[in-house]
Amino acid sequence: MTLLEFARGPAINAALVIFVFGVIWRLFWLLFLPRAADHSVAKLGAGAAVSSAAGGFVRHMWPPREYAARTRFSLIVGYVLHFGLAIIVFGFAQHILFIRDIFGIGWPGLPTGVITVVSVITLAALIAALVRRMTNPVLKMISTFADYWAWFVVTLPVVTGLMAVSHLLLRYEDMLGVHILSVALMLATFPFSKLMHAFLVFVTRSQTSFFYSRRGSHV
Amino acid sequence: MADWMSQQGTVGEALTRQGISRRSLLKYSSYLATLLALPPTSSQAIAQALAGAKRQSVIWLSFQECTGCIESLTRSFSPSVEEMIFNLISLDYQETLQAAAGEAAERARLEAMEANKGKYVVVVDGSVSTRDGGIYSTAAGKTNLEVLKETAKDALAILSVGTCSSFGGIPRAHPNPTGAEPVSAIITDKPIINVSGCPPMPEVIAGTIAYLVTFGKLPELDHLGRPKPFFGDNIHDRCYRRPFYDQGKFAKSFDDAGAREGWCLYELGCKGPVTYNACATIKWNGNTSFPIQSGHGCLGCSEPNFWDAGSFYKPLPGRMTGAGEAVLGAAAVGAVAGAGSAFIARRRKAAASDPSASPSVPEGADQ
Ligand code: SF4
Repeated sequence: MTLLEFARGPAINAALVIFVFGVIWRLFWLLFLPRAADHSVAKLGAGAAVSSAAGGFVRHMWPPREYAARTRFSLIVGYVLHFGLAIIVFGFAQHILFIRDIFGIGWPGLPTGVITVVSVITLAALIAALVRRMTNPVLKMISTFADYWAWFVVTLPVVTGLMAVSHLLLRYEDMLGVHILSVALMLATFPFSKLMHAFLVFVTRSQTSFFYSRRGSHV
Repeated sequence: MADWMSQQGTVGEALTRQGISRRSLLKYSSYLATLLALPPTSSQAIAQALAGAKRQSVIWLSFQECTGCIESLTRSFSPSVEEMIFNLISLDYQETLQAAAGEAAERARLEAMEANKGKYVVVVDGSVSTRDGGIYSTAAGKTNLEVLKETAKDALAILSVGTCSSFGGIPRAHPNPTGAEPVSAIITDKPIINVSGCPPMPEVIAGTIAYLVTFGKLPELDHLGRPKPFFGDNIHDRCYRRPFYDQGKFAKSFDDAGAREGWCLYELGCKGPVTYNACATIKWNGNTSFPIQSGHGCLGCSEPNFWDAGSFYKPLPGRMTGAGEAVLGAAAVGAVAGAGSAFIARRRKAAASDPSASPSVPEGADQ
């Protein structure tokens, strides 16, 4: 069995099984957790649960003016790398085929050149995020292994994907195998790492917004 | 097998006997130089070396195969390739082509081995059965396994022609009932060149043999033992449909508008990006076409395990096999485990807020 066969066969399938198990386990656990009833009386003008949660979620996407200068760097880097990753994952024809293989749905892809440029920009944003995490004293202090691990498992597929396309270091088929294995590593550790924020961000931000809305504050 | 095929002497003498002019030799030499990516000036030197070279004694063994490899060579579109190759070698044993049969054929092999001890090249097409002592493929009462070991013992080198002898090929595909193995899994003390392909390209077989005869040494090989001049690039990097791949223009079915426009066949399962061979450059049938040009994706036939690497029509990024049931099972187990974890948390919380359930202070703990 070649490296590519191992990656396209048992490795990616095992990773998918762990991914699905882990994500559903965590989401179910969270949704069924006991919650303390909120006995407070909602402030006058507090929005309905859904609208206040959704409104707060949208407002959270951009910092208030007072913080604009202080958060500019992380805001730009954060947006670039998140949009970049989304374009790579959902815009590259090869990745769409991978998704189609699992979910049975597909859509037209972007030209390889566009994806290559986006990948390089995304990689630069990822490196910038890491450098900031390692140099900013506060960020450095509150960072744990989990933060670096999340960075590592996201960056590895970007790097190996670029290397496979550019025929760097290994033969294409081997680097493609390494790339798929790196995706398998990301998928298998996703539910147990900070990457879970891809699902939980909707829950946490909406809930926070709802709480504050009841207390008459719009965050 | 015609007599001249197995006569010794120099290549020049054989050509004269065949009435092949020096001009034709020069033409073939420049063709060879092009195939091997050598500078055009080297064709003169190749012609000279070839004319003076001794015809290479070759013993051709056919094992678990479909005869496609030898058909590919002998029915090559350009007869000059076939004729030329048989002028370069003295084919002392080949079951498909030789007139002799039975004991006479077997004797021919043993005589050729004795006469050219240590100097003959063994060409093998087909994989070798190894299960139960190799009894699933025999000829003249001997297993292929025995014949290979016996013949390879005094050989100069071995040329595995075709994917079966190079990597096991279709006979080695799951469940491999005969225990088929490639030559390299059995013979480990001789230089082996793998000319893979199902079938291999006639020009590649001929070019490799010509290289051996001309330069008296093995060509540079890749990590799978294949001659680099022919297997150095993958199909994808030399494919004329590549611009469509780069633009993201893919045919979705074999007869849609994209297919008619000649768009890339990646989504239809083309394995060109992971397949190394000369199809896209030399092409088949006298440079007429190759599978991708004829509208079908590359099957990856010159690569190990190509038969077991998932469907030919499944795109490369797709998984070789699905895991539908396992994934559904994982989702169900995840849901139960999640609900179970939450239930345990609820119980803990309830226990913590129930004063009657709180642990009693052990006697004397306040002292
Ligand atoms: S048809 Fe196959 S080899 Fe040609 S560009 Fe498309 S994927 Fe590559």
